[in-house]
Amino acid sequence: MNFETIVFYGFAALIVFASLRVITARNPVHAVLFLVLTFISCAGIWILLEAEFLAITLVLVYVGAVMVLFLFVVMMLDINLAQLRKDFWRWLPFGAALAGLMAFEMIWVLGSAETSGGKTAIRHAADYSNTKELGRLIYTDYVYPFEIAAVILLVAMVAAIALTMRRRKDAKSQVVSEQIATKKADRLRIVKMPSESKAANQLSGEQK
Amino acid sequence: MMELLQTLQQLGQELLGPAWLPVWTAVKILVVVVPIMLTVAYLTLAERKVIGYMQIRIGPNRVGPYGLIQPLADGLKLLFKEIIIPSGSNKFLFIIAPILGLAPALAAWAVMPFGDGMALANLNAGLLYLLAMTSLSVYGIIIAGWASNSKYAFLGAVRSVAQIVSYEIAMGFALVCVLMASQSMNLGDIVRGQQGSLGMLNWYFIPLFPMFLVYLISGVAETNRAPFDMAEGESEIVAGFHVEYSGMAFAMFFLAEYANMILISFLTAVMFLGGWLSPVPFLPDSFIWLLAKAAFFLFVFLWLRATFPRYRYDQLMRLGWKVFIPLTIIWVVVVAVWMQTPLWVW
Repeated sequence: MNFETIVFYGFAALIVFASLRVITARNPVHAVLFLVLTFISCAGIWILLEAEFLAITLVLVYVGAVMVLFLFVVMMLDINLAQLRKDFWRWLPFGAALAGLMAFEMIWVLGSAETSGGKTAIRHAADYSNTKELGRLIYTDYVYPFEIAAVILLVAMVAAIALTMRRRKDAKSQVVSEQIATKKADRLRIVKMPSESKAANQLSGEQK
Repeated sequence: MMELLQTLQQLGQELLGPAWLPVWTAVKILVVVVPIMLTVAYLTLAERKVIGYMQIRIGPNRVGPYGLIQPLADGLKLLFKEIIIPSGSNKFLFIIAPILGLAPALAAWAVMPFGDGMALANLNAGLLYLLAMTSLSVYGIIIAGWASNSKYAFLGAVRSVAQIVSYEIAMGFALVCVLMASQSMNLGDIVRGQQGSLGMLNWYFIPLFPMFLVYLISGVAETNRAPFDMAEGESEIVAGFHVEYSGMAFAMFFLAEYANMILISFLTAVMFLGGWLSPVPFLPDSFIWLLAKAAFFLFVFLWLRATFPRYRYDQLMRLGWKVFIPLTIIWVVVVAVWMQTPLWVW
């Protein structure tokens, strides 16, 4: 067993453990953090596969942005666990069927001769840039699927904003350009007056 | 220098055999991390001195000559302080949060090019790696805020996370411009792309000047430094996310913040000011230039803190989303068009 195999099994064991804990952890924040651990271990396996662009993007996008927002929301939710678990047995057959289907698909794809069997991974030279190759493919061969995916994401974003946007009637906001354009004369009036008066002088004279 | 390293490597190979690789890696890590930690220590002193002089005070001057041993005294004090764990807190997450904050700040240094070919890891996707590492540092803050089981800490964490996530986008787009100009994500290649016969006129800060400013300001926001230190906001939420931390655990957050400042300073120097390259053609390129450039940006960090009042939260969000992100996206297009014309000389 060489070093790479040991690292692979280490990361794989971590993924299995962490993803099991995602669904068994009682505390939703812990579940999200275990999901983060799963993603990072997946990135480790991708690095082993020399897919450094995918691995780093996984950490950058999912761990660095998506899961942070997830954590953000989950932390502020008041989740009642008893209520969440109420329908567990009712939905179990459906969930189990779905899991079985996915497992079957994966075994089918990974185990069949056409998709993976008989082929061995080719090692690239040290100066091979994964990123450049991916970029070339995305912007030439797969440019239409890429554009369509981008448009779908944009539509989803617009829809999410449209669904949640509620304008309050009494909302207060500032017009920044007006604030910046304000001149001294708009806010401040300088009044000229003598610094001392006769009456005050007389008063202080009497006190002396 | 290189020969000395080679003989050292050979000696180690003979002495330790297969165990030499981890030992040598550990030595390389120490060579980078120890100076960073020392810089952090003396940056705290520099900060107090610089701000002191800007406010016509002297700053710390009691411990050692000119207060030079002050950072050591501060470190010792924090080391001997009791670490208090709040009773309602999540103990494991409470302790691991400062570690999660500091680790990415140090890990990001792996790809930093200190000189021509002088980097711990010469990654092809170095720029992406940096973005990934800096985006991870937010976990330390958010976990600390949540695990402390305190409203102030939680509010601080929420503010900080929203701020970091917002400014990361502008920072990423600013770096996309650098990536387009240099046509490489390898930090060493980015610096070499700025080499030329004209010295500092070949650096990317000239064609990418708006991005240079956006990156620097976003860097200040990303590290939660004044005037964007809403996460701490001592007048509103009493120091924010680390309000429940004491002793060494607090010191770890402190270290992380300063290590991030140093990182951003070095990165700005590498991306826009030609890293180790000399500003004038008649002087040799050297590591000292990189240090000088980074030291200047560190001074800018302190200068900003002494000069500006704290931003209001809505102003901060407006600056990030409505000013920086549109500006960076427009500049990406401008650079893309510019590069197709003969006017692009970088």
